[in-house]
Amino acid sequence: MMLKILKYSFFDLMRSRWSYIYFLFYLALGFVLLFLNNDVSKAVITLMNVIIILVPLIGTIFGVMYYYNSKEFTELLLAQPVKRSSIFLGQYLGVSVSLGLCLVLGLGIPFALYGLFKSDAIWDFSLLLVTGAFLTFIFTALSFNIALSNENKIKGFGYAVLLWLFLAIIYDGLFLLSLIVFGDYPLDVFSLGATVFNPIDLSRTLILLKLDISALLGYTGAVFKTFFGTGLGLLVSLGMLILWTLLPIWRMVHKSKRKDF
Amino acid sequence: MRAKQITVCPSCEVKTIQQGVQQATDFDTILVKKGVYKEFNILIDKPLLLLGENYPQIDGEDQGEIITITSDDVVVDGLFLVNVGTSYTRDHAAIRVIQSERFVIRNVVLERLFFGIYLEKARNGKVINNKIVGDAVEEFNSGNGIQLWYCKDIEVRGNIVERVRDGIYLEFSDRIEIRDNFSSNNVRYGLHFMFSNDDVYSNNTFKNNGAGVAVMFSKRIKMLDNTFAKNWGPTSYGLLLKEINDAEIRGNVFEENSTGIALEGSNRINYDANHFLNNGWAVKVRGACYSNKFTNNNFMYNSFDVSYDGNLNDNLFERNYWSDYTGYDLDDNGLGDVPYRPVKLFSYIVNRSPETIVLLRSLFMDIIDFSEKVSPVFTPDNLLDRQPLMQQVK
Repeated sequence: MMLKILKYSFFDLMRSRWSYIYFLFYLALGFVLLFLNNDVSKAVITLMNVIIILVPLIGTIFGVMYYYNSKEFTELLLAQPVKRSSIFLGQYLGVSVSLGLCLVLGLGIPFALYGLFKSDAIWDFSLLLVTGAFLTFIFTALSFNIALSNENKIKGFGYAVLLWLFLAIIYDGLFLLSLIVFGDYPLDVFSLGATVFNPIDLSRTLILLKLDISALLGYTGAVFKTFFGTGLGLLVSLGMLILWTLLPIWRMVHKSKRKDF
Repeated sequence: MRAKQITVCPSCEVKTIQQGVQQATDFDTILVKKGVYKEFNILIDKPLLLLGENYPQIDGEDQGEIITITSDDVVVDGLFLVNVGTSYTRDHAAIRVIQSERFVIRNVVLERLFFGIYLEKARNGKVINNKIVGDAVEEFNSGNGIQLWYCKDIEVRGNIVERVRDGIYLEFSDRIEIRDNFSSNNVRYGLHFMFSNDDVYSNNTFKNNGAGVAVMFSKRIKMLDNTFAKNWGPTSYGLLLKEINDAEIRGNVFEENSTGIALEGSNRINYDANHFLNNGWAVKVRGACYSNKFTNNNFMYNSFDVSYDGNLNDNLFERNYWSDYTGYDLDDNGLGDVPYRPVKLFSYIVNRSPETIVLLRSLFMDIIDFSEKVSPVFTPDNLLDRQPLMQQVK
């Protein structure tokens, strides 16, 4: 039953104008970056900035929008003998899978056409797409949580945008401030810890491991060295990203079971 | 009198190299056949050609030095030397040349060594196509691959030096030419200059060393077309310049180093047509540097292009290509119309609290970097490239 709802949501979204726009945006971005720059490495760096900022934003907004828009349909489904978890999981997966697909295909097609498979940048690029997909799943799940907890549409939108703003910008500002204020203390464990608690920072770290490893290893400190210098950083970051995906989904299911509609 | 040839082999009349040297007269050839010779402290005190056939092994059994040359016109060719004794009071070397001229050491392979080839007050010699593979782990109990001490006019070419303390070390040595060497995985430096002047090194590769090349307290050094790669770590540099005057650094490639070039107390240096690719910091300028000129360099995809302590002084950045440059070129003369600022606010912050490096490439950092770019407060506001190139230098 969940699969059926997933399929329905997925195809519903795939037909919607917004998915097309989203897909075409990435397609255009990929082509413009590659054919104006003629340089895969530079394109990967620019893409990283886009993915880290834009993907969470779109995931959040789309998730909230979809939930509120399909509310009547959801209520209709709720009247049927269908498990609540299947309804919400199905809808959630429908949204996130279609968004993820837009991202992967939209960027993948131009890069593949450009001859990515023969380039050294293929691993950087694949990592970029994987983190992008993770961010889509994480932020859609977070936005479903927000929407489930807020009946009021405007409030829900507000919270969703605030969440994005907080994780994308404000968090790093506070993070930087605390690093400077407590500069006299050993901060390497704290700084790695603080990174882990924000999925955007986490994805950024994952990409830094590929792009800026020489700078990261310039810092004196055993903790940094084991984290960035070995495979540990990659493993921990990926593990935490998975956790970041599962926790909001679990809360979403949990919340939906108790909610009065 | 014609030069004769003495053949040394385990089953010959002459069984040891030492014996051979004693029997030889000036300008003889000693041909060493394949085999293992357990010998040390072989003293060559007359002009000889010591020629190995199929790399005969001379095993010093950790007793001390293996070959010591005190005469002029000695050629050592095609030997395989192992087990030089480690000592904390004496610098034992596989081959030591003392105060001689016109010597040639070529095609020699050294393994399990303390010091490799040690030239002491030698002149006009050549060290060519040798391979030195050490097993150094710590600085204090390891020696240097090729060491020159008070030498003049020596050519060091085509050598491979791995896993020793300093790959090639020069102290008080002038007019040395170092070319086509490959120095990697050394504990300290790939190449190290101390108090040496008028030397040239070109077309060498320095990879994965504690630091690539350290040039200290030296004058008029030319550094041309070398590759410095993957020197990673908090105190690792592709090239470290300390108290260097009047040098020329041209056509080098600095790739994936934690710091490409770090300079301190260095004056009147021209950096021309170098490529800085994917380094953590391409150039780190510490204090007391005057009249350094950076022109026609490519700065591409470095995490930070330039980090700067103190005042700009009269150092100059002009006509370089910066991959981060976002300006435009309306008059189409190949030079950007807007100056480029190579020092970011973030690099200033990282200098103060190094942990902030984890915030590299975050949106927040980009925003404050942008505001700093528009109105510089913390970074020196006259540090800019007024004519950044629009196309990268080939």
